[in-house]
Amino acid sequence: MADTSANGVSFAPAPAHRTGLVTADGRPLRSALARSSRRARRRAFFLVLPLLLFVLITFVVPIGQMLQRSVKNEGFSANMPQLSAWFHDNPRGTEPDDAAWAALAADLTAAAQARTIGVVGTRINYDMPGTRSLFTSAGRQARGGIEPPYREAILEMDARWGNPRLWSVMREAASPYTANFYLAAVDRTRDDQGDIVSAPAQQQIYGKLFLRTFWLSLAITATTFLLGFPVAHLLATLPMRQSNLLMILVLLPFWTSLLVRTTAWIVLLQQQGVVNDVLVWLGVIGNNQRLQMIFNQTGTIIAMTHILLPFMILPLYSVMRTINPSYVRAARSLGATSWTAFRRIYFPQTLPGLGAGALLVFILAVGYYITPALVGGSSGQLISNMIAMHMTQTLNWSMAAALAALLLGGVLILYWVYDRLVGIDNLKLG
Amino acid sequence: MSKATAAARADTGAVTANDAFVAFERVQKSYDGETLVVKDLNLAIARGEFLTLLGPSGSGKTTSLMMLAGFETATSGEIRLAGRPINAVPPHRRGIGMVFQNYALFPHMTVGENLAFPLQVRGLGKVEREAKIMRALDMVQMGRFANRRPAQLSGGQQQRIALARALVFDPDLVLMDEPLGALDKQLREHMQYEIKQLHERIGITVVYVTHDQGEALTMSDRVAVFNDGRIQQLAPPAELYERPGNSFVAQFIGENNTLAGTIEQLQGDRALVRLGNGELIDATAVDIREVGQVTTVSIRPERVEFKPEMMPPGAHRIAAEVLEVIYMGDVLRTRMKVAGASDFVLKCRNTLGQRKLTPGETIEIGWHPEDARALDPV
Ligand SMILES: Nc1ncnc2c1ncn2[C@@H]1O[C@H](COP(=O)(O)OP(=O)(O)OP(=O)(O)O)[C@@H](O)[C@H]1O
Ligand SMILES: [Mg+2]
Repeated sequence: MADTSANGVSFAPAPAHRTGLVTADGRPLRSALARSSRRARRRAFFLVLPLLLFVLITFVVPIGQMLQRSVKNEGFSANMPQLSAWFHDNPRGTEPDDAAWAALAADLTAAAQARTIGVVGTRINYDMPGTRSLFTSAGRQARGGIEPPYREAILEMDARWGNPRLWSVMREAASPYTANFYLAAVDRTRDDQGDIVSAPAQQQIYGKLFLRTFWLSLAITATTFLLGFPVAHLLATLPMRQSNLLMILVLLPFWTSLLVRTTAWIVLLQQQGVVNDVLVWLGVIGNNQRLQMIFNQTGTIIAMTHILLPFMILPLYSVMRTINPSYVRAARSLGATSWTAFRRIYFPQTLPGLGAGALLVFILAVGYYITPALVGGSSGQLISNMIAMHMTQTLNWSMAAALAALLLGGVLILYWVYDRLVGIDNLKLG
Repeated sequence: MSKATAAARADTGAVTANDAFVAFERVQKSYDGETLVVKDLNLAIARGEFLTLLGPSGSGKTTSLMMLAGFETATSGEIRLAGRPINAVPPHRRGIGMVFQNYALFPHMTVGENLAFPLQVRGLGKVEREAKIMRALDMVQMGRFANRRPAQLSGGQQQRIALARALVFDPDLVLMDEPLGALDKQLREHMQYEIKQLHERIGITVVYVTHDQGEALTMSDRVAVFNDGRIQQLAPPAELYERPGNSFVAQFIGENNTLAGTIEQLQGDRALVRLGNGELIDATAVDIREVGQVTTVSIRPERVEFKPEMMPPGAHRIAAEVLEVIYMGDVLRTRMKVAGASDFVLKCRNTLGQRKLTPGETIEIGWHPEDARALDPV
């Protein structure tokens, strides 16, 4: 290091070895700086503490629980302790012996008396559809106890108890932790030997649904871009008065209930709706050729594009507003046609806004629930509708959690890819 | 080359609209249909000339430049470039280089790409492009910076790149709209010098906009002083300063003493003016039509003398009361009361033996009648 006094500031004579700078009262500069900035940081921390707690309680904890639920289900293991213990002690492939049947009989009786047999049946039913009734009816018969020999007595109740697949499934469920929900979410299942195989063709629904969710979200992102870009440009370039008015129109959807907007689309697009009526009246289509524009994918795309449009327009607008018009003028004066000036000068500068808008719209679309539920029909349902179904109808929360976790993972991967390609720092949300 | 044209002009007087490189003829511009921002602009610019549009804010300089560049259309009148009317030619086919006040360097491109842009849109090959880019960068001594982004350059460096980009495709005409406005004083003066050098070396025609009169005077072959949408005077710098054509120009350029009065006698360009306090002075009639007219007499501070031995022969002498002496380093600026006006300024150089004036003292000052110019009343 050069002599510190060379820059005209006079320091105390520098010792031969470097000790670093010190403050006027002799403390090392570095630690003095750290101390003074630590105080400021601590104050700032206390200010954001309430928000931090709020986020922790309402966001991090529930998501953690959801993730846990996707791999943990105690419906079987907690209510069938003896059989679970037997599974634990005997390796896979062991034929159920007398001890196993005795454990099953004891657990069935106990569960029936504790009225938890339904929970057990539900848990097994997730992995092997149609078995819930097996448990509930066994529970009814076993309430008074089961007499030995247990194997014969139980097989007497229902011969299906001898099914090796049932035993394989019960073995899986005997451990509270399982990856089966994730397997099911990607259309995989386990065979009798516990190996992972493809689910039967008619049960392969999730893969298709994920793919459809992805493509529809992409289509919606593309249409919001095509429709939103010119609007954002107008917003950014019109004189104040007109642009304020336009901004109100853009924001208007936010002030109306989502349900009202969605049902308005039903009114417009249904077969006896306004659009079809007009087309028939104009003679574009015949009365018997009315278009199916709602309760299918078209309906989902149209309604969701409308709802998500502001999320594309606003980031684009905020970026476009900062683009000085002299850039395009400079390009024009340098000999570029207006198209070239747009393509090579204007458009690249809107990319941070476009990236933010596209990411926002895509992520919102991937998880959208209410609109596809209302206007999607059967072909316009997205993965979130399936999650909702597991939450409210089949009550298979573990399955819902697994699907949601996969969705979350997908979004995070997308985010990562975006960061790789464009860089998150280039994101401009407003 | 510009020297030659300037010399030629000195012989033949003003450039005529017919042989001009750039010509504005009766150009008017209105943005809102109610007020004229540019009123009847007539301007002829010779090839190779450095012409500056100078004027206060809002006087229509940028608007005139934008009409020439093609970003605004003239509401009426005609603009010609090299003899051809260009009112209907879109900006990208006018082939005019332009330097913007904020430089407008494309932020997402490197310096090299910025310079390549005008060459690419003209379809030049890579080899030819590289050569031209290097030449242009060397011209502004920025050869090492081709791979930087504009954001990684200082203001002065960005300015040079903007200049290089406007020149890289060899335009005949370059427009600059307050290109140095964002630079500090020292850098601005340095860049003024460099732009002027460049102009003389490559002989392009430059139309330059500024509201800094010093810049206009030092750089230009001719200066057009704008006010209120009109050219007030179009003349070489020395003439503009020494022989302002009206009160606005006299006030706007340099420091100026004014004495209000009425024309008592008029004989050719000699006028006898009666000042407010009844005193009669000789003056040169400039913007004067008739006897009895109200006038403002303009005298430059440095042409006023107060030492009897320095007084030019034939000087008009008048009594003055010293009000204030302001020390300004190189000069002592003395404010005094002359013929009723208390904002009359006299500048004396701060030399070793300079006689010190003290406030309250009454002295006699004088000037040559030629330096007293009777102009329109303010
Ligand atoms: N796009 C526009 N729309 C409406 N009025 C405008 C527009 N551009 C300029 N004006 C008006 O025209 C007048 C002249 O503006 P111009 O920009 O030509 O001034 P200027 O001489 O360049 O001033 P400055 O030195 O401040 O740059 C101003 O009164 C301005 O308000
Ligand atoms: Mg301007």
